[in-house]
Amino acid sequence: MTNNRNIGQAISVNVVDLSKSFGSEKVLKNINFNVTPGEIFVIMGPSGAGKSIMLKHIIGLLRPDTGKVLLNEMDVIERKTVEQNVIAMVFQEGALFNSLNVFDNLALYLREHRRYNKNNIRTKVTHALEMLSLGNAIDKFPPELSGGMRKRVAIARALVMEPQLLLYDEPTSELDPTMGATISEIIATVRNETQVTSIVVSHDRDLALTISDRVALMMAGEIIEINTPENLTKSKDPRVQSFLNPKINIDQPRFRQKEENK
Amino acid sequence: MFSLSKILEAIGSSVLLFLRSFTYLPSITRQFPRFMDQCYIMGYTTLPLVAILSFFIGSVLALQIGYSFQGVSFNQYIGSIVGLAMVREMGPVMTSIMVAGRIGSAITAELASMKVYNEVDALKTMNIPPERILVLPRLLAIILVMPVLAITAITVGWLGGALVAQNVSFIDLDHEIYFRVLKKFVTIDAIMDGLCKAEIFGIAVVTVCCNIGLRTHGGPREIGNAVTKGVVTSIILILFLNYFITKALL
Repeated sequence: MTNNRNIGQAISVNVVDLSKSFGSEKVLKNINFNVTPGEIFVIMGPSGAGKSIMLKHIIGLLRPDTGKVLLNEMDVIERKTVEQNVIAMVFQEGALFNSLNVFDNLALYLREHRRYNKNNIRTKVTHALEMLSLGNAIDKFPPELSGGMRKRVAIARALVMEPQLLLYDEPTSELDPTMGATISEIIATVRNETQVTSIVVSHDRDLALTISDRVALMMAGEIIEINTPENLTKSKDPRVQSFLNPKINIDQPRFRQKEENK
Repeated sequence: MFSLSKILEAIGSSVLLFLRSFTYLPSITRQFPRFMDQCYIMGYTTLPLVAILSFFIGSVLALQIGYSFQGVSFNQYIGSIVGLAMVREMGPVMTSIMVAGRIGSAITAELASMKVYNEVDALKTMNIPPERILVLPRLLAIILVMPVLAITAITVGWLGGALVAQNVSFIDLDHEIYFRVLKKFVTIDAIMDGLCKAEIFGIAVVTVCCNIGLRTHGGPREIGNAVTKGVVTSIILILFLNYFITKALL
């Protein structure tokens, strides 16, 4: 199973006419975009826009109602796609295995797929942890880690998989600005050193405009613009400008305006 | 609430989970540490509880029979009644109910929280099927452990009955007579039937609780609900299966 993998080769992602509804609520509406191998592609948007649902479709955790996601031209819902390509995801809360310590969290994938022998697994895991300054956390359990450490362990766990596609779900949420900047630097460094295709879901403007090659802005289940960070900031679309440069107006607060519009 | 389609869906998904888990049997060597862990949790830590429960069930059975048949010179048959009751019904059923309460609840709680906090999704993204790593070791462990628990329950239940029969004044039955009569009535077939029942109940409890845990969505309240649902469903399933298996084995 693991022998057919194209280890180390970044893969492309094509999302074609993707739609998804939960009951009567349409959460993704005819989404189309493509990500080239080695690119950092950030999907931005307000909370509830459907960004995380989009990410779960890309990794095959959810099945679309219509449309498809192609990884290197292979449909993600087919089993062989997941078997032939290594895709890793960094979950918003980390999704670390609470019953395993940090070392075992990182080693699990390598052990289960028999990628390396015991000594090499230890070397790989230690290297990944040291790369993210987590050498002293190797024997700790997830509940003993701070929020920033959990995120970094989750990234380290993804890195030991040597993925061709790396997905990040809100990697800087709930972190202080310095730790947020650190995580952004890690994402950029990982891409530069491994050439992995990276898709980042975030509403962190600094992250999106600093490290991404392209940014997609998503609102209410639709992508309203895909552009380079430079061009996105120059966009004439008022929705883009309102999202990128929100003004705090205590005389006319937004939540009151929304209530009045209803 | 208890619509037929939901019940059928739950049965279908449990059966599929059971079958899918066994397709990963060739990878059992990788799951061996997990299998041993589960054997320890399900077997070693449950054994004392099963022994205490069975001891008192055997004792009370002897006490009730002895009291009910005072003056009818029926006492010499206490051994056979306690023996058969423990082997055919009380041993397997009470052990399974204990397993549902102790092991089933723990399994549902662990898998439900793993599901709710995205750990199961994380496994899927690593191309590690949850059935292989979470369900298979538990199923194999219960298959190994359940006969041991049932035999312990039966034996301790017999001893409890013997102790009461010998020491309670209105019964006053010598333990040699108790065990001689017990041996006469309890056949190897009866013991095998009891173990067979216990094995089926154990597999049913683990499968149902794994299935409910892995299908949980929501938050802490849903985890609590899933645990209750897992235990209640398991106990109802044990009683339901018990009737039909008993009828088939008679």
